[in-house]
Amino acid sequence: MIVPMETESLPVDRIRQDFPILQRRIRGHRLIYLDSAATSQKPESVINAELDAYRKFNANVHRGAYLIAEEATAAYEGARKKIARFLNAPDPSSIIFTRGTTEAINLVAYSWGWSHLKPGDQILITEMEHHSNIVPWQLIAERTGASLAVVPILDDGTLDLEALDRLLTERVKLVAVTHVSNVLGTINPIKEICEKARQVGATTLVDGAQAAPHLSVDVTALGCDFYALSGHKMLGPTGSGVLYGRKEILEAMPPFLGGGEMIRTVTFEKTTFNDVPYKFEAGTPAIAQAIGLGAAVDYLEAVGRERIRAHEKALTAYALTRLQEIPELTIYGKAPPDGRGGVIAFNAGDIHPHDLATFLDAYGICIRAGHHCAQPLMRRLNVAATARISFYLYNDEDDIDTCTTALKKALEFFGR
Amino acid sequence: MTAKDQEFASLEWLYQEIILDHFKRPRNMGTVDGADVSEEEDNPFCGDRIGVQLKIRNGVLEQVRFSGRGCAISQASASMMTEKVTGMTVQEALEFAEEFRKAMRGDKPFPQEGQWDDLDALRGVRDFPVRIKCATLAWDVLQRSLMKWLHQKS
Repeated sequence: MIVPMETESLPVDRIRQDFPILQRRIRGHRLIYLDSAATSQKPESVINAELDAYRKFNANVHRGAYLIAEEATAAYEGARKKIARFLNAPDPSSIIFTRGTTEAINLVAYSWGWSHLKPGDQILITEMEHHSNIVPWQLIAERTGASLAVVPILDDGTLDLEALDRLLTERVKLVAVTHVSNVLGTINPIKEICEKARQVGATTLVDGAQAAPHLSVDVTALGCDFYALSGHKMLGPTGSGVLYGRKEILEAMPPFLGGGEMIRTVTFEKTTFNDVPYKFEAGTPAIAQAIGLGAAVDYLEAVGRERIRAHEKALTAYALTRLQEIPELTIYGKAPPDGRGGVIAFNAGDIHPHDLATFLDAYGICIRAGHHCAQPLMRRLNVAATARISFYLYNDEDDIDTCTTALKKALEFFGR
Repeated sequence: MTAKDQEFASLEWLYQEIILDHFKRPRNMGTVDGADVSEEEDNPFCGDRIGVQLKIRNGVLEQVRFSGRGCAISQASASMMTEKVTGMTVQEALEFAEEFRKAMRGDKPFPQEGQWDDLDALRGVRDFPVRIKCATLAWDVLQRSLMKWLHQKS
């Protein structure tokens, strides 16, 4: 993992060598992984960090009075500090480890939502949300009598900010919005949205699953109350995720899951709870995974997030140019490369996205096909499903070229 | 085998000529005027939806049509299904649909070539587990339609 900082562009060939899976051949082809929005690949350093946690200091955290337990606790809490710094959170205790973005959002829904929402209150979400930022709110709305309101998107795939202004009334108690769309790639103006939400006294939650891996996220500058992310989409292990919460809010929230670790004293009459973040980390956490996520943060910072962003922006611009060579292609989301992440959803003529994904797989190319857990957005786009390619620091123009050539072959193969 | 042979071996095993033919020129696509029963079902994996409409005379499937859009596998399977079950009795069609689903899911061996007409070509789908549901979707809808018809009648 030695990536010289001084070079302008990313040395993708060298980065690839850090990722064991990218050495694999698929049906005689180099593996071309264009599905990082689903989950990212893992560098050797992350795999080794998780392995070391088991091989060298496997013990439960915050409990054992022996050396390896102290080492495990230090590594686990060290990962928390790294993530706090990575997100520019004011304090590591505002970082809660979760299984991923979904659990982080559910934590807020059940803890904050259940205790704060009343009949007549509104939860404002957007038309481009992933199911994980829709369904928890529907479930909590049913229990509390609150209702859901939805900010529509414009035809170019950006949020209708005028509609947001209209919908953002005093009734809105929570605004839950994705930072980057997992389908359209649109980067939403989170700082502006949080500012507007604050003016009506609404709490804000940002789904950062598609943003934290790719952009320099600064939760303090964004001004959000909650920020959720998935470790596995940012080079970290599956089962690792984070909820950042503003400390005053976290402290005033009731616990989510009950159990060990999250308590101070327990009697059969009454239990008092631990301080944040431990109040929200019931049971033995995913220790090795959190440590692996810390190693992922190290890797991303060593490469440089500004450089990763610049690389992905250039790659997205290149991909859009190449894909537009194919007249049969419909691309969803028209935000320019400046305003979008490295995600491109499309359909190729009459070919069903699943046929396309199967066809490309024969060339070692991994793409996503389906509704991307965003069925309301699919309905808005008037499609059942789309194909999607998404990029990360290990992709380059060769990947795009190979994919473009294979797409053209697919159109011939399935041509009607 | 070269890389090129390999990619085409896998693609052509899945997308056999006869499948692409049914996909490009689907048989019995559309709706049945005055259908005795109709049903629809979604494939939650891909969001596709397939509808089946039947005209049944004296317990025999006189007309079978399907609607909806989907992948080549689901469209071809639906198209082949309409040809295969037309003329069967309701009971025969129910039994055959069950046989077909079992064979696709690997619960039973796939019959020898030549026994199932065009449906033979779908044997390759079993090597692509996530696509099996695509091949069985129309048959699920057919079974549900037939059960509904039996229920309506009783």
